[in-house]
Amino acid sequence: MRSFKDIAKSFMLWELLVGLKLTGRYVLSKKITIQYPEEKTPMSARFRGLHALRRYPNGEERCIACKLCEAVCPALAITIESAPREDGSRRTTRYDIDLFKCIYCGFCEESCPVDSIVETDLSHYHFENRGENIMTKPMLLAIGDRYEADIAKARSDDAPYR
Amino acid sequence: MMNLLISLVWIVLKVLLIALPLLGAVAYMTLAERKILAYAHVRIGPNRVGLFGLLQPLADGVKLFFKEVIIPTKANSVVFVLAPIVSFATAAAAWAVIPFSPSWILANVNASLLYVLALTSLGVYGIMMAGWSSNSKYALLGAMRSTAQVVSYEIAMGFALVGVLMAADSTNLQDIVLHQQGGFWHWYWLPLLPMFIVYWISGVAETNRAPFDMAEGEAEIVAGFHVEYSGMSFAIFFLAEYANMILISALASVLFLGGWLSPFEGIPFLGPLFAFVPGIVWFFAKMGFFLFLYVWLRATFPRYRYDQIMHLGWKVLIPVTIVWIVIEGLLIQLKVAPWFN
Amino acid sequence: MIIQKLVFYVFSALLIGSSTMVIVSKHSVRAAFFLIVAFCASAVLWMLLEAEFLALLLIFVYVGAVMTLFMFVVMMLNLDKEAVQEKFVRYLPFAVVVVALMVAVLIFAVKPGHLGDLGAAMSAHHGADYSNTKVLGMLLYTRYVYPFELAAVILLIAIVASIGLTHREKSNNKRQRIALQLEATKKDRLVVITDMGVNK
Repeated sequence: MRSFKDIAKSFMLWELLVGLKLTGRYVLSKKITIQYPEEKTPMSARFRGLHALRRYPNGEERCIACKLCEAVCPALAITIESAPREDGSRRTTRYDIDLFKCIYCGFCEESCPVDSIVETDLSHYHFENRGENIMTKPMLLAIGDRYEADIAKARSDDAPYR
Repeated sequence: MMNLLISLVWIVLKVLLIALPLLGAVAYMTLAERKILAYAHVRIGPNRVGLFGLLQPLADGVKLFFKEVIIPTKANSVVFVLAPIVSFATAAAAWAVIPFSPSWILANVNASLLYVLALTSLGVYGIMMAGWSSNSKYALLGAMRSTAQVVSYEIAMGFALVGVLMAADSTNLQDIVLHQQGGFWHWYWLPLLPMFIVYWISGVAETNRAPFDMAEGEAEIVAGFHVEYSGMSFAIFFLAEYANMILISALASVLFLGGWLSPFEGIPFLGPLFAFVPGIVWFFAKMGFFLFLYVWLRATFPRYRYDQIMHLGWKVLIPVTIVWIVIEGLLIQLKVAPWFN
Repeated sequence: MIIQKLVFYVFSALLIGSSTMVIVSKHSVRAAFFLIVAFCASAVLWMLLEAEFLALLLIFVYVGAVMTLFMFVVMMLNLDKEAVQEKFVRYLPFAVVVVALMVAVLIFAVKPGHLGDLGAAMSAHHGADYSNTKVLGMLLYTRYVYPFELAAVILLIAIVASIGLTHREKSNNKRQRIALQLEATKKDRLVVITDMGVNK
């Protein structure tokens, strides 16, 4: 047996009004939308985006062609060929990353003994033609040169937690 | 002959004066809906095209205009093309008898309430023709649902209008407004409160809007009756839906909230203070309230199930109106002030 | 006046044309559509006779409700065209007899003298404040109140009968009973056992 109160409530559309009150309150509440291109959410120093190859401050490339990254890469996205340079040091002659294969796991960065291959916080890039998905060594080095300051800062920010 | 021609041109001009702002209102209603829904979701909504997204309806219109109108291979092309036209024509034609202010009314005819009721009942043909001619099961199912729903709720709506008719002793919308003169407590929403609520609920159901948007039911029948429509023909269905919403809002304000009457009439201080405001402003304000309510309902309530819709229409709304018609008859017989004296 | 005549002839032609199409058309949905057109055209003709209440009622009740339900049914049916044609020939003699009878009745009913001076009544024009609705209402609830109420009772009986004939409650119905669901309280469904017998 429904009580008189329940019947009165249902005729007064009580529950519907409660629902309307809820949405009404949200209409008036402060909006939390991030206006994307103008505003951005904070990004972790560990963000794994586009790859880069770093250099030492003196301009020497860090990579020593140890091929650890190639070995650890679970997606087989990295292809490295190496040869001795004129000065006798071992360097890569080819360092390709296929961005279609890459799963951005960050293992290459973790495995690198000289902090050469890194993943930057760049997440906006695109390809317009077939083949552009292969990042070659000069391209990776160029990215590293261009964003060295950001990369170094992200690494030093994260260093206390490692 | 010359006089005839002049009066004809004059009528066409007046029609345009109603129809063009109506189209504008429809366009901006779509924007308002998106904005309000966004606000209810704690979002901001469209704000990129123009200031606060004010040019968004234009962009949408241009996009739809340049899209191809596809007629399905096995569709009945005549009916298929006619359906959106019927849909919009009935939605637009009803505006002829809506009183915007004491003197602004296109056709002040005696049976305007019946006229409006007849035209809103015709609106379902657009949907039905679309559903049948598309030769698509989703469209047909949507049309079926819509038909059953509109026919059921029309009865409740008709009874609610009978209540208004009894109270005002007239089927002329302008007379109905004039009968409600004298402050907001004189309006019919108060003595006819259950009718008002029933009218509004069945109005939402008649326009196939959430939570009664079974005809679209995108979760189960894709988009319902207009699933095969594209480009401009789809846009016209869209226009018709929103024009109908605005029409139901206008009718609700005319029948229950005193149309263009000022709410402060007869109040000692506020009445004269707001006397300068033209009636049309009050009318639009009341319409705006109902349109907001449309979107508010959509933001709040989940869609009804089919049998629940039928249950609500036949077993709740119709009995409520019948009971209240009897009570109202008593009130009228007893000449209860201030409404029926 | 010219415009009224023009409207009259155009819509009369439309009415006759669409009515013919209703019976000629082989496609049932198309026939139903033409019937709607015929209703609308006759509503316009009634409008010309200043019978706006009847005209709007015709649209509201017949076009808006009855034909909608009719269309509902017709669209759901998948009628076999061949079979329909076959029956057409078979039932033709009966149809002719029925039509002849109906025409005879109509001629008898509409013949001058039975309906008073119809021509004069039709040509009489009323002022703008004349309300057809009001006059009709007065007439229905005073002079014709008993036939009117009788018709209402007959309709009610028809409704009750049709519901009674078609309504069958299945015994294994698993319908949701909302009232029961709403009545359920926590007490009915949930028993909290605090003492599991461990402390004994």
